[in-house]
Amino acid sequence: MLLREGIENKEPHIVVQDLTMAYGDFLIQRDLTFTVNKGDIFIIMGGSGCGKSTLLRHLIGLQRPVKGKVLYGQGVSFWDAEPEERDHMMRSFGVLYQSGALWSSLTLGENVALPLQLYSKLSPSQVRDVVSLKLSLVGLTGFEDYYPSEISGGMKKRAGLARAMAFDPDILFFDEPSAGLDPISAHLLDELILELRESLGATVVVVTHELASIFAIGNNSVFLDADTKTMVAAGDPKKLLAESKDPKVIEFLTRGEGRSKRE
Amino acid sequence: MQPTLHFDQATDGMMRIHLSGDWTLENILPSAYDVKKQVEGVPQVRLLTFDTKDLQKWDSGLLIFLSKLMEICTEGGITLQKEGLPQGAQRLLSLASAVPERKGARREAVRISLLDRVGDSAIAFWRTNLEMVAFIGEAATALMRLFVGKAQFRSSDLFLTIQECGAQALPIVSLISILVGLILAFIGAIQLKIFGAQIYVASLVGIGMVRALAAIMTGIIMAGRTGAAFAAQLGTMQVNEEIDALQTLGVSPMEFLVLPRMLALFLMMPLLSLYADLMGILGGLIIGVSMLDLNFMEYYNKTIESVRLNDLWLGLFSAAVFGVLVALAGCLRGMQCGRSASAVGEATTSAVVTGIVSIVVAMAVITVVANVLNI
Repeated sequence: MLLREGIENKEPHIVVQDLTMAYGDFLIQRDLTFTVNKGDIFIIMGGSGCGKSTLLRHLIGLQRPVKGKVLYGQGVSFWDAEPEERDHMMRSFGVLYQSGALWSSLTLGENVALPLQLYSKLSPSQVRDVVSLKLSLVGLTGFEDYYPSEISGGMKKRAGLARAMAFDPDILFFDEPSAGLDPISAHLLDELILELRESLGATVVVVTHELASIFAIGNNSVFLDADTKTMVAAGDPKKLLAESKDPKVIEFLTRGEGRSKRE
Repeated sequence: MQPTLHFDQATDGMMRIHLSGDWTLENILPSAYDVKKQVEGVPQVRLLTFDTKDLQKWDSGLLIFLSKLMEICTEGGITLQKEGLPQGAQRLLSLASAVPERKGARREAVRISLLDRVGDSAIAFWRTNLEMVAFIGEAATALMRLFVGKAQFRSSDLFLTIQECGAQALPIVSLISILVGLILAFIGAIQLKIFGAQIYVASLVGIGMVRALAAIMTGIIMAGRTGAAFAAQLGTMQVNEEIDALQTLGVSPMEFLVLPRMLALFLMMPLLSLYADLMGILGGLIIGVSMLDLNFMEYYNKTIESVRLNDLWLGLFSAAVFGVLVALAGCLRGMQCGRSASAVGEATTSAVVTGIVSIVVAMAVITVVANVLNI
């Protein structure tokens, strides 16, 4: 919940152990094991339909793993925790959904204020102050009274981000942040993610297949494969591009051109 | 640790502010106006600096304090030196002030006069009626194209809708009709028993159900069940731009979406109503046999004797009309739907209200006309 700065030491923040995900009998991914360190910008990548968003849903506690565990901080397993503790943990996550997922019947101000009104003891005037601070952090100063239907797609994403940050979260999750944005807006959003990570000291997990974003912001990653239904690589995406031996990873990171052509 | 704020004595127009303790939202934080008061006491202050070496934890609370302080300083022409603040806070403050407020972004509450509001409502009412007439016109055109065999829609859609609003509605229609028959018989029984005329319960239930009630009750059930579903389906399609996609392909949404739904309800409503007639009479029979000591054959014969074929035709005709009305109301509201989740909710509500109101109005008209024509 608190803002921290300059986290240099690599302390594990999310540890995924032997995770298997499935919808009923339909296996999505199996045996995923990786660690997200504090202060990382961690990229979940892979082709369409490989289970990136499903993995994100497992990391934010919206879906229960078939097998394996997701541990946070000091090794607390989400699904083994008491329901109250689980609610508390969920509130320490900020999530930006693909479309922004703003509540359409509420104004932007009300969207950001709702979690604060529900789960904090802040007075109405404090809530107002927090709302205007968060909106100004994402460049939407003065847009409190607008409804989501009245603003552009990029603005919706930024407003969604302001809502995700309402509680000064420890971990920020982004589902395809640049989907549906023009290159300039996508770049600005990447910059904003970087800036927020630097200043908030939060851990950031991003689901994306946007190569520009992956190399611009990511310092750690996992690569999911739809055919073998498991992870085939993990680590710094730039290193993966330079060193990975897996043909699928190389094909993905070079847009199918191969490493030699790219160089 | 409690957050605290204290000041060094101003020297050379500079004042240092010491922040200590936990500056988090859970604590009661000092206000930026405390600083303002302090600064106003010393008129020559032109520069504010910070000392944060005793600052422990901080979150958005500190940032809110600082951004208010920045506003106050800008107003008073005082320079605020951010260097003494934690790195993260400095960056967040620059981020918060990076995009200046867009001119005219903030909305002011506008008061609309009563006359304006009345005028707006009148115009809106007129426009809605025009849209409704236009929609009915388009539906009629689509129907004409169906008769000449030119309408474009998938027959599988028609059969699916027929199944949804026909067979799948049977359980709820059974329940409601039996209960309506029971209630009608029960109320009639109490009165008729006084005159020893309890056998006429069969006539009351029979005529009541066959001539009007079965059709009305089925119509209302279908307005709540199927009309609402139509509005929600078409409304969601509107939100997802599916209707736009049909139009760009040159497919008329009236033919492709509205026509099968209208046909399905037009065909199914009379059948459901016929079924409701039987169920209602069964409900009456239960009361007749169990409470009024009538025997089955007696009740049956009295029903046959009192219900005329014209009553049945009138009931079935009304049901078909209600079917078309419910389908039109559902599809109209769905097609008019805005592009948000709440708009779909409004469309659904409006479809049910429009459906039920038009059923009652139509029933009134049919009753008067039938009376005049002696049917």
